[in-house]
Amino acid sequence: MTTLSGPAVRSGPSVPAPRPRARRSWIGWGFMGPFMVVFALVFLAPIAYSIYLSLYRDQMVGGTSFVGLENYERAVGDPQFWSALGRVSIFLAVQVPIMLCIALLVALAIDSGRLYGKSFFRISIFLPYAVPAVVASLMWGFMYGTRFGLVGNINDAFGISLPNPLSPDLILASIGNIVTWEFVGYNMLIFYAALRVIPPSLYEAAEIDGASQRQVITAIKLPAIRGALVIATIFSIIGSFQLFNEPSILQSLAPNAITTYFTPNMYAFSLSFSGQQQNYAATVAIVMGLITMVIAYVVQLRGMRKEG
Amino acid sequence: MTMQRRRAMSAAALTGAVALTLAACGSDDSGPTDGEAAEEVQNVLEEGGELTIWAWEPTLDQVVQDFEAEYPQVSIDLVNAGSGNDQYTALQNAISAGSGIPDLAHIEYFALSQFALSEALVDLSQFGAGELDGTYTPGPWNAVNQDGAVYGLPMDSGPMALYYNQTVFDEHGIDVPTTWDEYVQAGRDLQAADPDVYIANDTGEAGFITSLMWQAGAQPFQVEGTDVTIDFSEEATVKVAETWQQLIDEELVAPITGWTDEWYQGLADGTIATLAAGAWMPANFESGVPGASGDWRAAPLPQWREGATSSAENGGSALAIMANGENSNEALAYAFLEYANAGPGVQTKIDQGLFPGTSEHLADEEFLNAEFEYFDGQQANQVFAESAANVPEGWSYLPFQVYANSIFSDTVGQAYISGTSLTEGLQAWQDALVTFGNDQGFSVNQ
Repeated sequence: MTTLSGPAVRSGPSVPAPRPRARRSWIGWGFMGPFMVVFALVFLAPIAYSIYLSLYRDQMVGGTSFVGLENYERAVGDPQFWSALGRVSIFLAVQVPIMLCIALLVALAIDSGRLYGKSFFRISIFLPYAVPAVVASLMWGFMYGTRFGLVGNINDAFGISLPNPLSPDLILASIGNIVTWEFVGYNMLIFYAALRVIPPSLYEAAEIDGASQRQVITAIKLPAIRGALVIATIFSIIGSFQLFNEPSILQSLAPNAITTYFTPNMYAFSLSFSGQQQNYAATVAIVMGLITMVIAYVVQLRGMRKEG
Repeated sequence: MTMQRRRAMSAAALTGAVALTLAACGSDDSGPTDGEAAEEVQNVLEEGGELTIWAWEPTLDQVVQDFEAEYPQVSIDLVNAGSGNDQYTALQNAISAGSGIPDLAHIEYFALSQFALSEALVDLSQFGAGELDGTYTPGPWNAVNQDGAVYGLPMDSGPMALYYNQTVFDEHGIDVPTTWDEYVQAGRDLQAADPDVYIANDTGEAGFITSLMWQAGAQPFQVEGTDVTIDFSEEATVKVAETWQQLIDEELVAPITGWTDEWYQGLADGTIATLAAGAWMPANFESGVPGASGDWRAAPLPQWREGATSSAENGGSALAIMANGENSNEALAYAFLEYANAGPGVQTKIDQGLFPGTSEHLADEEFLNAEFEYFDGQQANQVFAESAANVPEGWSYLPFQVYANSIFSDTVGQAYISGTSLTEGLQAWQDALVTFGNDQGFSVNQ
């Protein structure tokens, strides 16, 4: 900065310095403008509008009134909201580690180069991710049926009685199974891409040093893809908290096991569209967004700190 | 809840924008005054204009074509904006936005008062609709006529009947029940004869159990303006809950949810032996369960008291005129409405399989003697017409029944999957509804 401003002062003090600087900044805005407009309209305005909505209450009798933070007070003390949050938290704690472990195993197996038909496995494990979540849920829903579905067929064929996957005790696990099936391939691809960029020279060095495959994995591969692991974990946390499609589709098959407040998103949805409580639904959405951000941020901090 | 051709909710419709509507209901209630109403209707028909209708009733298509042919100056846009709740959501969004509201909308009876309350519907008595009293059977008429205002004209009605699979009953030598106690016993007998046969399917449905209460003479919902009473402790209600509880406890009802593939298969292969539903069901049997043609029959509903003849409505819907409709031509909208639901349009719809709510057609010899091929030639309309005449008066739905039904499985539905009883479930439903109603500014149970 000093080397630049030096000659400018020397060339003539009569030239006012701020003018070119001001012109420069406007040119910058010109480039930024279109983006800022779209960004404000598409990203900021909906958030601002939701916050605005969350400060009001619309009653069927009495109309709309400003209530300040009353909706937030209600959300904090709402047992249905907390039960929904508890459910997705259990889902997060159980399903995400299982899914990421499987994805990691598969990625390491494909990357090891010892797998016959590598590209076939890669594409077939990734394929479920290409199936829309709605279609996947419908498909699994049919398979879960104990009367006419796959579970029913197995029961008939072997004369056994498998537990009903759509019963209230098992429904969350059944949904976890669908989500794992859908997203193992996606996470596998993230890990695999990260493994591919490890320089081969590291492996050569390891071989010269006489390291075993296990040591190569723990000392080279895993540390090298830590970033990818953190990213996949954060995506999975967000995905778990936003759980909606799968339970919402299965609801028609298991209406009593999947309540209208099964997940926070479903709760917000039913509040808004069946209960006409858009204001409270906006509040629930905002609170849920904040909780998701905090947890994702904590995970990111932890992941990055270890790296440093 | 009920509805012909009801489909599973398409969750794909969810967008990230959970709450992008702002309530801004107008209250522009202008319209012609009483008196020269009939004359004005004639005038507007000659003058012509455009109308937009949101309806999922397929038989309405022909009515619109006939109407347009008769009155060439009128052009009607018939839009299918989804069935039942899907359409109400779209309608509610249009009302909140204050634009794109159709001139006429198809609304089920249970949802009518919710829209009437928010002044989204035009009171038709200003067009002389009050004089149509007697044109319709009591059930549908009471549903559209609230506190002296008429919020729509009945499109169809759903007087209940017991559909039963004659082949299954014959095979096991069991009599078709005429009381609900016999019904429970028939359920036991069927299970004993063949463990794969259930007397009915049920996973809890608000529209069904409230109809049973209606038949039993209970009045759990009382509405006077914004004063609402919700009470599931009446003797008749308790009787319904306790009788039905036996079916659940003894696992006599198949845990199959209505309108699913399993359900259609169960109706076809004899797994489900009976179905208590509205008179709109035959059309669904024909389209959804073609394989069982000839097996099924219709009988009067089983009774709560031996020898009684009480019945109830299950479903049914009206066509209503929306306030602030797109073309703001309420007089023309009424002219069409009267043609479609009180005039020549009714017969057009009946010819295509709709069950009407008009007394005249229900007493028509040709209608009553029509033989249903699906029911092996049974003159089933006689059963339905008798049912329609025996619907107890005084029933009303909540002004927030759409929401109430949506949380039914959260509360009463738990009785089907856990140790909770129906009575406890109903109590939980009542508590949730009282809280919701008071939050919404009603005065519930106060």
